[in-house]
Amino acid sequence: MDKYVLLRHRDTPDIHKLSVYGEYTALQKAVTTLTPEQVINEVKVSGLRGRGGAGFPAGVKWSFVPKDRLPHYVTVNADESEPGTFKDRELMEFNPHQVIEGAAIAAYAVGATRVYHYLRGEFKSVARRMQAALDEAYAAGYLGQNVFGTHVEIQMFLHLGAGAYICGEESALLESLEGKRGQPRLRPPFPAVVGLYNQPTVINNTETMANVPYILNHGAEAYKKLGTEKSPGTKIFCLSGMVKRPGNYEAELGKISFRDLIFGENFGQGMMVEGRNVKAILPSGASGPIVTEAALDVLLDYESVAAAGTILGSASVIVLDDSIDMVWAAGKVTHFFRHESCGKCTPCREGTYWMEKQYQDILKGKATLADVQLLQDVAQQIIGKCLCPLGEFATSPVLSSFQHFQAEYEARATDAKKVVPAKAASAKAAATPTAAKTADTKAVPTT
Amino acid sequence: MTNETMTPLLEKYATQIETVLSKYPPDRKQSAVLPLLYLAQREYGYCTPEAIREVAEIAGVEPTEVDAVVGFYTLFYDHPVGKHVVQVCNDLPCALRGSDQFLEHACQKLGLDKHQVEHGGATTADGEFTLESVVCLAACDKAPLLQIDLEYFERLTPEEFDRLIEEYRKK
Repeated sequence: MDKYVLLRHRDTPDIHKLSVYGEYTALQKAVTTLTPEQVINEVKVSGLRGRGGAGFPAGVKWSFVPKDRLPHYVTVNADESEPGTFKDRELMEFNPHQVIEGAAIAAYAVGATRVYHYLRGEFKSVARRMQAALDEAYAAGYLGQNVFGTHVEIQMFLHLGAGAYICGEESALLESLEGKRGQPRLRPPFPAVVGLYNQPTVINNTETMANVPYILNHGAEAYKKLGTEKSPGTKIFCLSGMVKRPGNYEAELGKISFRDLIFGENFGQGMMVEGRNVKAILPSGASGPIVTEAALDVLLDYESVAAAGTILGSASVIVLDDSIDMVWAAGKVTHFFRHESCGKCTPCREGTYWMEKQYQDILKGKATLADVQLLQDVAQQIIGKCLCPLGEFATSPVLSSFQHFQAEYEARATDAKKVVPAKAASAKAAATPTAAKTADTKAVPTT
Repeated sequence: MTNETMTPLLEKYATQIETVLSKYPPDRKQSAVLPLLYLAQREYGYCTPEAIREVAEIAGVEPTEVDAVVGFYTLFYDHPVGKHVVQVCNDLPCALRGSDQFLEHACQKLGLDKHQVEHGGATTADGEFTLESVVCLAACDKAPLLQIDLEYFERLTPEEFDRLIEEYRKK
């Protein structure tokens, strides 16, 4: 096997050109030798799970599309806006034909004639690479009418968003694609039944699509040999933060741990600053619960990471070293969610605002212990009360940082109990009458 | 319907607009609102009330709906901005790799107030540059980084930032 299933441009330079990528053999096999049901079944058997974050089995999703309501649509989610995520961009820039071929196979499988790739607005340059690849695919007869001389028609288009994280949520993406504000829809009905223009629609992440040609070319059984039983295949891990060598790394699911990813010679090669240690890891960008160095040996597949109390999500691993103030870090993430809340649901719109305000007060040394408690209360109030997962995501870094680093929050409260040895404290009181004033945020050295 | 009315945008960009509309089903022209707004913004500098009316007319929707879209997305502006928009990513992954100091340098170089840059952006007095501090740009492994007019520039040093600014000043 080649080293890469997805990042194949690292094995084969210039694979973004059709002449190097070669024929769309997987698409050809699908449209000329398999029925749509057989294609869906093959992807189902492969166990391929959605790579956008939720990990839902792709083949199962495809099978939800009702056959009696035409037209059907396929949309590819390339909104990639989760902090710490930069894999779809690399795929589209350097291996675009694999994404396009995968999406075309999905279209054939669910009987869709139109496919939209929804790219975030900041991907203007990425869109140029994708468009060049689309033009080549059309010219070669792999897209358009009569794909590979059959009666299959597949039209594929790019659609650029305009700066809104929420459009990565599938129903908000559809709203945006319809030319509206990107606010999530009430589900059910799910997009597979009522999606784009109220028609059945399959939405898959870019990376998910890039897996599909391999499955068709090599068969579901070969694909299942990669990864673990419940998390088959390879995954692109986006490694960022305070490591020596941040970047995208492809590996089989469940075969490497956080430690391998951060310290491995073929991966992150250790910490950015020599001598520093891992303090915290955000395993799925801003959205999942934060874990500590205690999780370093957790294997990276959906089940193992879930068992460790967090989520693999889109596998955007952000590493923080022990120089980092966790209140600052969680506040930074909270700012992100406040900025990106679409405003539809009150608990998220108002809650993220209040949480950010609490963080600002705590960081400025203006908050009491009661305010610190209030921050947790606000987070608890958001949970379970929003239409889409954004509101819930916004509480993850807050509550998980409390869980692991509560002392850091409390130390910043104006009425924090100072941890000063009793003897020293009484000596200080006698020697420095102004100590109480200067001791607002830190215990004052007394010797 | 006012399909026959020629708006200035339609007159100038007839072919481009037709290409945009052809991506969507004929009865779903509203889908073209985002691409049309990009076109209008490039033409007028920002989404002026007139631009919004034209886009609404071409897409067959009410101007209010287009206005709401402009207000929702960060890449559309309902007020004048600099000739070039510079977006420095200062989200958590980038901040862990020095983006905050980089942003400080950018503010100094352009003579802009950091607080303003972090709260909606600020524009240089000569109208050349708008500087914004933004959240994730999907390039966290290449921090510090920015986009000028949506083009990526990555792994930047302060000196490289200065050179970029001089280069764009001439554009």
